[in-house]
Amino acid sequence: MDTLANLWMGFGVALTPYTLFLAICGCFLGTIIGALPGLGPSNGVAILIPLAFALKLDAIESLVLLTSVYYGCMYGGRISSILLNIPGDEPAMMTTLDGFPMAKQGRAGDALVISGVASFVGSFLSTVGLVVVAPLLASVAYRFGPAEYFALYMLAFATLGGLTSNNQAKSAFAACLGLGLAMVGLDNSTSAARFTGGNLHLYDGIDFLVAIVGLFAISEIFIFIESHGRSSALGIKVGKLLIPWGDLKRSFGAMMRGTGLGFIAGILPGAGASLGSFMAYMAEKSISGGKGTFGKGDPRGVAAPEAGNNAAAGGAMIPMLTLGVPGSGTTAVMLALLLTLNITPGPRLFTDQPQVVWGLIASLFIANFVLLFMNVPLVRIFVKILSVPPWFLMPMVTMVSFVGIFSLSGSYFDLLMMIAFGVLGYILRKLDVPTVPVILGILLGNQMEDWLRRGLTISDGDWMFLFSSPIAVGLWILAVGGFVAPVFLRRVLKRPPVPKTDMPMDQD
Amino acid sequence: MKKISIRALLGGVALAATISGSAFATECIAPADAGGGWDFTCRQIGKLLYDLKLVDAPVQVTNMAGAGGGVAYTYVVSDRGTDADLIVAASSATTTRLAQNAYAGMAADQVRWVGAIGGDPGVIVVAKDSPYQTLGDLVEAIKADPSKVTFAGGSAAGGFDHLKPLMVLKAAGFSDFAKVKYIGLDGGAEAITQTIGGFTQAMTGDMSEISGFIKSGDVRALAVLSAEPVPGFEEIPTAKSQGFDVEVVNWRGLYVPKDISDEQFNAWAEKLQTVADSAEWKQIMADNGLAPFTKVGTEFQGWVDEVVAETNALSKEIGIIQ
Repeated sequence: MDTLANLWMGFGVALTPYTLFLAICGCFLGTIIGALPGLGPSNGVAILIPLAFALKLDAIESLVLLTSVYYGCMYGGRISSILLNIPGDEPAMMTTLDGFPMAKQGRAGDALVISGVASFVGSFLSTVGLVVVAPLLASVAYRFGPAEYFALYMLAFATLGGLTSNNQAKSAFAACLGLGLAMVGLDNSTSAARFTGGNLHLYDGIDFLVAIVGLFAISEIFIFIESHGRSSALGIKVGKLLIPWGDLKRSFGAMMRGTGLGFIAGILPGAGASLGSFMAYMAEKSISGGKGTFGKGDPRGVAAPEAGNNAAAGGAMIPMLTLGVPGSGTTAVMLALLLTLNITPGPRLFTDQPQVVWGLIASLFIANFVLLFMNVPLVRIFVKILSVPPWFLMPMVTMVSFVGIFSLSGSYFDLLMMIAFGVLGYILRKLDVPTVPVILGILLGNQMEDWLRRGLTISDGDWMFLFSSPIAVGLWILAVGGFVAPVFLRRVLKRPPVPKTDMPMDQD
Repeated sequence: MKKISIRALLGGVALAATISGSAFATECIAPADAGGGWDFTCRQIGKLLYDLKLVDAPVQVTNMAGAGGGVAYTYVVSDRGTDADLIVAASSATTTRLAQNAYAGMAADQVRWVGAIGGDPGVIVVAKDSPYQTLGDLVEAIKADPSKVTFAGGSAAGGFDHLKPLMVLKAAGFSDFAKVKYIGLDGGAEAITQTIGGFTQAMTGDMSEISGFIKSGDVRALAVLSAEPVPGFEEIPTAKSQGFDVEVVNWRGLYVPKDISDEQFNAWAEKLQTVADSAEWKQIMADNGLAPFTKVGTEFQGWVDEVVAETNALSKEIGIIQ
């Protein structure tokens, strides 16, 4: 019951009228920042750090403001994924796969409600998880060495084949394209510059935010111009907002599984929310076998990744607070904030500064409830912001994309690169090649390579290190299973003649 | 209440805009995103410069991330070469990269190094159950069989954390640097978890990123690489006291454009000295785990030249550069 007493103290610290006001402001701002393509949680939090100092907020107040923004972004990202087919931030990428088809079928309202509830379930449960098991789970990070991390990333890529319903070869091609692009920049193991052409701006590699905004937002603008708005995603209408109880009930399992997977992905440093939402989506898809309508607007395809990425946000707090290891880009920025506030996260934080930790945890709970309220009953406010007429929205998307990317690094080079990615995205979409695997390749490719190289350094070049621990072997079995199973499942499931209007899958 | 604070805020913004529009505003470029060490340097030194009335207007901080500081360096050299109102945050990482030609052809003599006013001492730690009890044990083990020990650190291969153990080994008379195993992770804390997890045998980093783990007892420090023991951690012996003549400190300081006059350069050096001597700065250092490390003006310039030459030679020996 120690935990409850601590939590009570946390609420005592974090629940004052002023902090509540800050939480509401933070949640509102966060949802907008999350919804705007190009601005993600890490920029949102980074932008607000100077504000927190300017307002002379103390440690608890700053944490309340910034965690509200952080969780707000995680909620907000889904809005533009569903309405515009442009992920508001990188973890919301998976939500486009089913969210946008739902919106095209006129079920945008349903998709928003389901994903809002899923976001709440994910972040609420992961915050509970944070309270209950944080000190225990801290040691999980100690069990993950190079072999385990590499196997984890292999698992992610092995299941990628089934990501987009139509053509596995095209998914694989897209993933390879992403992996190739990930190689640009300084090689972490030798400091050699690769494919930079001597251009300093490429030394840090390709920023995946630049890639995301280019591939999704800019290419959307091209498509819009070409079709005079007919086949574009812009300008989706949201009908009546009703609570789709049936869909909620059907996707409950998806939410719970998504929460579990996302939470674990969040705890592992470097894996983060994108991997969480990806694994949650893939798991749901494989559980449904061939029966689901994944990729065509399945509510579970919206619920699982949203629960997953929000749960990962809570999970990522664990290594950040207990080890000082940020589990994601955003927690890295928060870590920097904590350090500036003279709070050193690490193994002693829970005993040295309990009021800060429990105040932070309480503020996560507060933010969650505020966000549920804002994102389900009041979601129309944000929809209004995004559902203005296309002639207004399109210039706005363009402007926000450019401003968002420029604010990252203040360099026009990134803008040029974003446009290049826009052209690439346009070509890929014309060829019907999915763009999500490209982003995953860029996002995970570097990490995967780094872990492999680190492992080979430690083992003196002996590749057997890859199978050196039970965790690694377990992950490999899952990866091989995930790669092979769809092939057999498909055969089993295809045998009964399914009446389908579409041509066989692999001809598309 | 809310109304007033918003108005005050707007007023503040308007005021700041007027001031920064004047020709006298000092700009500090932090060559990384908000939140990192360079950003810290700009914000803290910038604030003190104004608080101590060494500059007329609040110092404006510009974040210019890219290529580990290379983008900002190139920009200062090519576009701002004569700007006397510009200071740029730097640290050991800056000079290490310059020494390794990692800024695409830029050299360390294309700016003037005006001063360092604090340092983060290097530390070598092992897991608490490690067989190595002293720095000597670790060095002997590497001498006997370099493949038995892998170091983890928070910088990429060839970076500052990689150079730390190599400099210790050099002082111990070991020179087969290419055989020493090192893996670079994303930050010191991640390197520590790999070491606690037993995947690597030792970890090198800065005092500030390790102190929490030392206090909690998860890792044991074999040596601190500063001249004197660090306040608050007196029980950790220096490498010097164990017979290894090395001092590796990650300094925090500034450089200025090359083509400013000597008077302007000396004026900045004096201002930095005043900041370093202030009670406020001493408090900031204590709060953030920095140890005193003050070198300004021509003394600092000479020291940087030496360090760059030394790093360059060492990097050639380990094959980072040809």
